[in-house]
Amino acid sequence: MNRETVIEVSGLYKRFGTFTANDNLNFSVYRGEIFGFLGANGAGKTTAMKILCGLSKPSAGKATVAGFDVYRQSEKIKQNIGYMSQRFSLYEDLSIIENIVFYGGIYGLSYREIQIRAKEMLTNLGLWNIRRKVISSLPLGWKQKISFSLAMLHNPSIIFLDEPTGGVDPVTRRQFWEMIYNAAEKGFTVFVTTHYMDEAEYCDRVSIMVDGRIVALDTPKALKQQYSAGSMEEVFLKLARNKELEKEHIL
Amino acid sequence: MRSFWAFVKKEFYHIFRDRRTLLILFGIPVAQILIFGFVVTNELKDMRIAFLDHSNDEVTHEIREKIIASGFFINDAILESTNQIEPAFKKGNIRQVVVFEDHFQQKLNREGKAAVQIITDASDANTASQLVNYTSAIIMQYVNEINAGKALPMTIHTEARMFYNESLKGVYLFVPGTIVLILMLISAIMTSISITREKEMGTMETLLVSPLKPAQIILGKVMPYMLLALVNAIPIALLGYFIFGLPIQGSIVLLALESLLFITLALALGILFSTIAPNQMVAMFASMIGLLLPTLILSGFIFPLENMPQWLQIFSYILPPRWFLTIIKNIMLKGAGLEFVWRETLILAGMTIVLFTVSIKKFKIRLQ
Repeated sequence: MNRETVIEVSGLYKRFGTFTANDNLNFSVYRGEIFGFLGANGAGKTTAMKILCGLSKPSAGKATVAGFDVYRQSEKIKQNIGYMSQRFSLYEDLSIIENIVFYGGIYGLSYREIQIRAKEMLTNLGLWNIRRKVISSLPLGWKQKISFSLAMLHNPSIIFLDEPTGGVDPVTRRQFWEMIYNAAEKGFTVFVTTHYMDEAEYCDRVSIMVDGRIVALDTPKALKQQYSAGSMEEVFLKLARNKELEKEHIL
Repeated sequence: MRSFWAFVKKEFYHIFRDRRTLLILFGIPVAQILIFGFVVTNELKDMRIAFLDHSNDEVTHEIREKIIASGFFINDAILESTNQIEPAFKKGNIRQVVVFEDHFQQKLNREGKAAVQIITDASDANTASQLVNYTSAIIMQYVNEINAGKALPMTIHTEARMFYNESLKGVYLFVPGTIVLILMLISAIMTSISITREKEMGTMETLLVSPLKPAQIILGKVMPYMLLALVNAIPIALLGYFIFGLPIQGSIVLLALESLLFITLALALGILFSTIAPNQMVAMFASMIGLLLPTLILSGFIFPLENMPQWLQIFSYILPPRWFLTIIKNIMLKGAGLEFVWRETLILAGMTIVLFTVSIKKFKIRLQ
């Protein structure tokens, strides 16, 4: 494979006291890929994501993001990633355009650049005419799209999406995934966590975490074959059940 | 640097968008100053009193006239007998009864002495003692007048002057006090709310993964409110000056700089609260209860510190408003320079450094 690696993780550990949140993680994410990062609540997804975003340091192991080391170059990493949280992170009392100017500003874009990119972004979204509307007056689906586009405003090589479709209806979710596909086609790498197993089917590759470990990592198709399951949901449940059985054995 | 200014600009949007809060921020100090200045006052005026005159002669009449003419009292009733005193108090509108003994003038002329009894409703202790002082002073003055020209065996004249506040106006304390209160509240409450709001809305995550450094985020939060608080102090000082005639004796520059120091300290406190509080509500109540009450009660604003029990006085040492009130009173009323307030300034500066260090540390810990 001659694909370019944008995230490289090997032997990564994160411990809080005696608790191991990330237990020997190993994986790579390639350019233009949609990488699904799945796991139940408390499986260690957030911890791993924080490390990859340069917010916290691993206890052991190696990790590079966009070619930068998470131990020493977190500032460089921050400049090269986009991030969208499940709460969309928009300022409700500011207008669409003011939010864009703000995000462009904190990523160090010049005023002229912001103007050009804002116009392009809002024209694509069909929101140029209402750019002066305050965010609080917009429907959830629009906020989600704006938030996603904002995460790409400074042309990052990777976009982290932390449960980006929480609380929106199925139609809006479908539309949102189309946006993700478009972004991936343009060469953005998308790293996405989700609770919805049907969304996992849309990913190029999926990793599933259980109790701090990655227990499965492959394309959705291969995973379904491996676990002889009809859907990703089944795969996930089987993996979770195996873990339960294992625990009982130990006990 | 560009990212920092973008952040500060956004903070100003928040402030100016929220008209209601802005109105409260600038309205409350004005209302407070007016209320404290006009309503909450220690000066006596038009207190209702009654006389019980057993003698009804020339001298008692003159004394009665003097008392009423002072402007502090209004003659509400003339009582006929001692039995009427208590019912008169119970009716509630009379604060004091002045009783003259019988044959007042005669006794005064013959024996050189006569008795006046001053009975006061002491359910409001402070007012009562003031009333007694006023009345006795007026009677003493009358005695001096009739003795004028006569050679007395021995007399001591006391002459009292009230330095820095000649007419004992309450505003002199309330204006500096309100400035302290307002600066404290705006700075601490507003920053702690605005930081917890970012946490609540989820925008804090985005800020943290952005290239902005934690120190820049904190500074960007602090700067706009610092300016706002400073701007807010101006109308208070102006109101004090133009409406209540409160002078600013000392250097305005020094006053502004000291205020800036105090504001910085309050902001650091606000940040500290915001790192502890999980949401806006908690942040607000923590700042309110944690700051408002101590500022009101333990800074010497309303109650004199010297009268408090020892342990409360010691406790008040760790409260920043106490030191700032001393500074601001010294500068405004006494015209003191830095050479007189350097100790307090140093204490405030030390507190500021400690608080900022702790709050930035705490903020970073939250990051992990």
